[in-house]
This record gives sequence, structure tokens and C-alpha cells, in this order.
Amino acid sequence: MGGSASKLPKELLSEYQELTFLTKQEISLAYKRFSELQGNENGPYSIRVSMEKILTLPELKSNPFRKRICHVFSTSEHKDGSLSFEDFLDLLSAFSDSATLEIKSHYAFRIFDFDDDGTLDSRDLEKLVNCLTGETEDTRLTAEEMRQLITNFIQDCVVKFILAVSGPDVSPSLEYLTNVASEM
Amino acid sequence: MTSKVSFHSELTSDIESPVDEDLVHDSFSQLIQEQGHDLYDVIEMTPYEPQDNDDDEVVCLERYHTDDDALATDNLIGGCWSSDTLKVLSGMPSRTIGRSRGAIISQYYNRTMQLRRRRQSQPSVHTHSHTHSARPSIRGYRVETDGEEENKRERLVVNLQNLSANDRARMLRAMPLGLREKQELRMLVLNQSEHSPSQSQIPCCSQIKYHLLTVVRVCGSLLSSLKLWQTSLKCVSGRFGTGVLSYFLFLRTLLFLNVFLFLFTAVFLVAPQAAAPPDQSRNSNGSRRSSWGLEVLTGAGYFSDSLLYYGHYSQQTLGVCANSTGMSKSFSQSLRIHKSRGLLAIKAFSSWDHKVSKKSSVRLQRENIGTQLKELVSEVSRQEQKVPVLQRLFRIFIHSLAWIMCLGSSVACVLAVYYCSEYMHKDLRSRARSSSSSPLLKELSFLSLPLLVSTINLLLPGFFNALAWMEEFDSPSTLTYVSISRNLLLKVCVLGVLCYHWLGRVASDPQSLGLECWESFVGQELYRFLLMDFIFILFHTFIGEFLWRALKRKRKPVFDIARNVLELIYGQTLAWLGVMFSPLLPVVQIIKLLLLFYMKKMNCQASGKPWRASQMSSVFITLLCFPSFLGSAVCVTYTMWTIPPSTGCGPFRGLSTMFESGKLWVRQVVQLNPHLWWLEAAHTYLVENPLFLFLCAAIFLIVIYFHSQVMDGQRKIIDLLQEQIQNEGEDKKFLIMRLQEIHEKRRVRGARQGSSFS
Repeated sequence: MGGSASKLPKELLSEYQELTFLTKQEISLAYKRFSELQGNENGPYSIRVSMEKILTLPELKSNPFRKRICHVFSTSEHKDGSLSFEDFLDLLSAFSDSATLEIKSHYAFRIFDFDDDGTLDSRDLEKLVNCLTGETEDTRLTAEEMRQLITNFIQDCVVKFILAVSGPDVSPSLEYLTNVASEM
Repeated sequence: MTSKVSFHSELTSDIESPVDEDLVHDSFSQLIQEQGHDLYDVIEMTPYEPQDNDDDEVVCLERYHTDDDALATDNLIGGCWSSDTLKVLSGMPSRTIGRSRGAIISQYYNRTMQLRRRRQSQPSVHTHSHTHSARPSIRGYRVETDGEEENKRERLVVNLQNLSANDRARMLRAMPLGLREKQELRMLVLNQSEHSPSQSQIPCCSQIKYHLLTVVRVCGSLLSSLKLWQTSLKCVSGRFGTGVLSYFLFLRTLLFLNVFLFLFTAVFLVAPQAAAPPDQSRNSNGSRRSSWGLEVLTGAGYFSDSLLYYGHYSQQTLGVCANSTGMSKSFSQSLRIHKSRGLLAIKAFSSWDHKVSKKSSVRLQRENIGTQLKELVSEVSRQEQKVPVLQRLFRIFIHSLAWIMCLGSSVACVLAVYYCSEYMHKDLRSRARSSSSSPLLKELSFLSLPLLVSTINLLLPGFFNALAWMEEFDSPSTLTYVSISRNLLLKVCVLGVLCYHWLGRVASDPQSLGLECWESFVGQELYRFLLMDFIFILFHTFIGEFLWRALKRKRKPVFDIARNVLELIYGQTLAWLGVMFSPLLPVVQIIKLLLLFYMKKMNCQASGKPWRASQMSSVFITLLCFPSFLGSAVCVTYTMWTIPPSTGCGPFRGLSTMFESGKLWVRQVVQLNPHLWWLEAAHTYLVENPLFLFLCAAIFLIVIYFHSQVMDGQRKIIDLLQEQIQNEGEDKKFLIMRLQEIHEKRRVRGARQGSSFS
């Protein structure tokens, strides 16, 4: 790693600890990983890391939602999915065990909303199922099965329809998204 | 969680009663017409241009369904919406909330207001209007201009300032804003509070609470850093998923339980042993491994009177208390509501395990999810078709056949154990009479019963799995529950027969077997059982895997979580049964669990069956408590109360029951110190009187009942909330349709006017 690994100043560490669901130890670890990714030691919390580098992290490499995750947590103006250190901390905080269900369901909704229009419509569902089942031919659902799935999905319960036209506003009272959150 | 959702809107004041439905709809249509006029100003509509359907950006959502049943939803989904409607819809507050910072800020402003009101407990008129006005989904979520957002932000900052530090931290943490924005908010709050220190009226008691909480948090982080196997567990969850992780967590819980038990017994037994060295006459036996335990056990059987009794008794009560709190908590979790409808949504949204990072496991997960979704789809389409009666009957026939075979095989095994134990008993008796047999043969014969039981435990679950494979189940979780219940039944029956054998046969007539000390004999038996169980698990893990690799060659065998957990519970039951007779058994169990952890970790593979980890771990703990702990507690209590202890050894010699020693101890204490006469009275009336114990049991049951009622109530609330959501959805649907109709009419009118001009 080379020379003196720069550490986060104490006030910043405690500030991050207060504002996220991570412990100080986890934040320092995140800092270390992030600076490794960034390959630079001059205070990585001011510079962004491109999406390709973030996706080399082993935890994200095999996750089918990795690109969506990067896009959702990124605050860059170019919308290229690059993450600053704060964005990285946001990501870790949302996925940590102590995050509230509301935060988790909020981000879960945004991650599953592939076209960013604030709704989960049939196109989003189709992309979601394809992400889950993979790229190989034998695991993917056929067009007929997909149609059937989405129809049944929409037909299943009025609640899910409301999900499609409303948004995360109603999510805290839905047990479905709380199941997502608890499994996340 | 239950934020009050009140539905007072200003409109309802006009309506007399719900019967006047026409009035209701009329007032709405008026409103919509008025809104139409407003929208006219807000959205640039060009009604005078003849607009064909092609020019107008009419977006048709794909029609996926043509059945008549879902016509209502279909109209909305499959309908073509004009661009104006879409513009209005995209401005809907609920659609923008995720993306617009202003919406989040106003939402949290309202929340901080509510929190302040709750903390101050002075409902002022000003805040009253906020909570009792329109629905929270509409309140404060107007399309905001920049100036308004700034205003809201300042007010939010003021609110945050006036909260206690703890609440403020919690509120800031829970906001779904970016970290940078939260930092800015925090800086504003701190700057302002610096400038006006008099405004920060954090009362001193909440400051103390804050300090206490930081101390607790520091302690918690210290403890978590000391957690055993933290990194290995993270590796396991990364490679094999949360289902397998729940098994290892359960193993760790059992380990801690045993350590606690061991410490307790050690405190009460090791101390007196050090103080008063034990008696002699250890059994001198062969140096076989199974009888090495013998020496340890008989050595541990001799202690001074009073403390041993006291130790056991209080240990049992402590154990009961600890387990009861754990049980009521796990009960409340296991009674969690899990509706069967909406299964598809759950599968789609929540089946991905984000902790998994190993590539092969990810591939496995994808395959699993794909097959599950396909199965669900075919299942649902199958459900829609009418299942012919013949097929249903056939399925019922297969199920009953499988159950009969399972029960039959269990009964056969139980009978085998019964007859084997009876044969052993007779054999021992004849040996005792003849006293000419070699000790080696005797030891071997002792091993036969554990061998039989362990073989049964090894082979029968595989047989049950094979049976389940031929049956068709409604859902994979049903399959899991059925297999767990079958295995559980088998183990409970076998253990029951064994207990009868030990307590009913051996303990009632120990002289005929030539035993001086039946307790240590039972202790030895349990030790042998535990050891044999461990050997068989080793055998199954390594040899079984070797065979599998030789046969299949592709990958490691799938980790059967249900079977492994039941094995753990079975082992723990044996340990609990044996604690009474051999206080060092928890040590054996601890060693066994440690070795098991590392073995299973080496041999793991991601679980093949779908696993609802959160639900399953509460099922495990319930299983641990109910049949396992209660059963062993009942056995032990029965032993203490009715069976006479052996006259030759042990701390209870000479008494009619072990329980009597309590009485004697109390009497001794009172003799030494006459001031404690009330202790004897208390002991007589409280402990010996069964009424007191019934009272305790009744209170315990009441607590459980209370918890289950609370769960029931929450379930009802969830049902009501879902109904409310449904009604909201209907309202929204209605409004959107009417909006679309208005736009259509306008367009048509415009087109007509345009054509009339030309």
C-alpha cells in the first residue's frame, strides 16, 4: 500500500458516524477500500471514482443490480454512476444491518425502477426478472412465461397496482417491501 | 410504525351521509371541472389545433391481458393516455418524492413537527392543524418552487434544533438524502444553535440519557468486536447465503448456551469439589474411549450435599427464566404475518441475497430463482385450470401413502429401539448375576444401543427425503415444514423410548443390574450417545461427501439445513437430559460444537432449497424450546420428584427423593440461624406446594397469550391498512380516468372546433 495510509480526521469520522448507520470501524474500513480503489492518497473524499472501478469490488461484481445501485447512489452531475466517498458511505449505510426499513425500501424502490420514472411498470418488472434469472438461455424465462408472470403479478393484488402508480410513499405500510428490506 | 392516517378532507363537509352517493360523485365532478380550468392555465393546451392521434404523444402501455376479470385494471394499464394527462401524472407528489429533495425535506419537516409535539406533549393549535388536515400523502407535497424549498428547509433546521440530540441524530440518519446534504443540514443546525445557546433547551435528563446511550453504544461495539467467529460467518454468508448462515448462527447460540450452563455448574460444583475432595472407589475399567468418560463421570458424581442441590435447582429455574424470555420473543417473531398471496412479488423483489459474492454461488442463486419463478408461473396457471377430481384424489392418495410409510417406518424404528433396550436390560441382568463375563464384551454391549439409534438418525431422514421427492407439494416451504415435522416426530419418539428405558427400567430397579449408582450409569449412557452421534455426523459429512463426489463429480452436496439443525437440537436435548446426571456433559457438547463448526464450514455448499432465513431461525429456536428443552426439563423434574436416588453414591443418598434434600438443607440453615425461620415456612408453603408452581406456569402462559394477542391485533391493523390502501387505489384510479376523460373531451372539442373553422 505504500507510505502512511492517510486516515480520516477524527471530527469527520464522528460526523459520518452520526449521520449514517455505520460504526466508526466500518467507516475506516470503507475509507481504506475506497482509497485503494482510487489509487490515490490525497483525501479521496473529494474525488469521484468511476463506475467501472466500483464494479470491481468483489461484493458488487456478481450482483445483478450493480449498475442500478451505482446510478442510484451517485450524485454526480454527469449521471455516469461515479461515486464520491460520501456516496459510497451512503451505499454501505443503506445496505447495513442497522438501517431502518424505510431507508431500505426507499432505495430498493429506486434500484428496481430501471427507467427512473418513479413507477414500477411492466418494463421495469421485465428487466427485473431478467436480471434475476441471468443471461444464459436455459435459465431465462421465455417470452410467454414472462408475459404470464407480469400479468399475474399485476393481477395478483390491487396493492401491487398501487405500487405501480404511486411510489415509495405507501411503501412503509406494505409488508412486501419490508420483506425486501429484511432480506437485503 | 402506525402513523395515523386520517382521511378528513375538506370535501366531506358537504356530504350528508354516505347514502347520498350521487352527491358524492357530483361534488367530485365539479371539482374536476374546476380543476380542468386551472389546469388550462398551468399546462399549455392547444385545443384549437386539430390533433390526430399520431401527433399527440399518446403513450400506450402494452396490453398484457385480455381477460374480462381484470378489465378494470386493464383499462388503466392498457389505456392510451394523452400527453397532458401524463404531464399531470408525472407531477404527482408520490412520483416525485423519491427524486425531489424538496419533497423529502417537507416530509421530514412534518415529521419533526410531530416529534416535537410528542416530546413536548403540548398539542398546540398550530400543530394540530398539521396532523388533522388532509392526508399526509397530499399535505405539504405540492409542486414546489425554489423559494418554498428554502423556506421549508429553514423551518426544518429550526425543528431539528429544538429536538434533543438523540432524536436529531436519529432523524438525520433516517432521511433518505445524500450524505453531503445531511452534512449541510447538520452544519446549519449546529451553527444556529451556537449563535443562540439559550434556545437549546435540552433538559439535563435527556443529556444524561444521551451520555448513557453513547456508553451503551460503545459497549455494544466492543462486544461486537469480541464476537466469536465474526469473520468466518461473514465469509460463509458471502459464499453460501443467509440460509446456511442461519444454521451457523444457531450453532453459535447453542455454544453460548452450553458455555453459560457449564459456567453455572462449574461455579456450584467445582468449588465444593475443591473444598471437600471427593470420595474414592472409582470404577476401574478398561481404557477404551467410551469408558474413559466413565472415570470422569463417576469422579464427578461425588459432592457435598447442600450446594449441589441448590445448584441444580436454581440452575433449572434460571435456565427456565432465560429460555422463557427467549421463547416469548421468538414466539412474537414466529407469529409474524406471512400471507400466502403476493408470493410472486415477494419472489421477484426479495429473493436476491445481496450478501452472496462468490461467482458459483451467484450462478446457483440465479438458477434457483429462475426455476422458482418458472415453477410459480406454471403453478399459478395450473391453479387457474380446474384440477380434475381424479388428479386431486390421486394426489391425496400419494400424500397419505407417504405419510403412512413415514409413520410406519418411525414406529418400526421405535419398536426396534424398545426391544433392543429390553434385550440389553435382560442381558445386563443375567451378566450381573453370572459375573463371569469379560468387561470388554460388556463395554461393547453398552455401545449397541447408541449405535442403533445413531444409525436410525442417519438413514431415516434420507428415506423421508426420498418419499417427499415422489410427492407433489403446493410450495417449497410446505415441503420443508413437512420434512421437519416428520424428522422431529421420529426423534421425539426415540428419545421418549430411551427415557422410559432409563427412568422406568434402570432407575426403578438398579440392584438387579448390579449397579451401585444408577445415576452415573445413565450419565454414562448419555455420554456414549452424544459421542456416537458426533462420530456418525463426522462419518456422514466426510464419507458421504466422498461418495457423492465419486458419483456426481460436479459439485459438493447441497447443505440440507433442516436436517442439520434437527441434529443440533437432538444433540442439545441429550446434553440437557444428561446435565443432571453428569455435570460435565456441557463441556463435551461445547467441544463437539466447536469441532462441528469448522467441519461444516469446510464442507459447505449453498442450500438448494429456497430459504426464508428470518422465518426459519425463529422456527429453530421454537423447536429448541418446545420439544427439546421442555421435554428434558420435564424428565429431570420427574426424576427429582419421584425416583428414589441410589443409596450408594451421589449427594442425595439415603433420601426418598432428591427433592427432599431441599427440605433438609432448609432445615439445616434454620437450625444454624433461627432468625431465618421464615425461610422454612416459605419453603414449605411455596416450593413444596404445587399450587405455587401451577401459578408460575399460569403466569408464564398468560405472558405468551398476551404476546399472541398483540400479534393478532397487529395483524388486524395490517389488514385494515391494506384495505385503506386498496380504497385509496380505487380513488386514484377513478380520478385518473376522469382526468383522462376531460382531456379527451377537450381534444375532441378542439378538433371539432378546428374542423368547423376550416
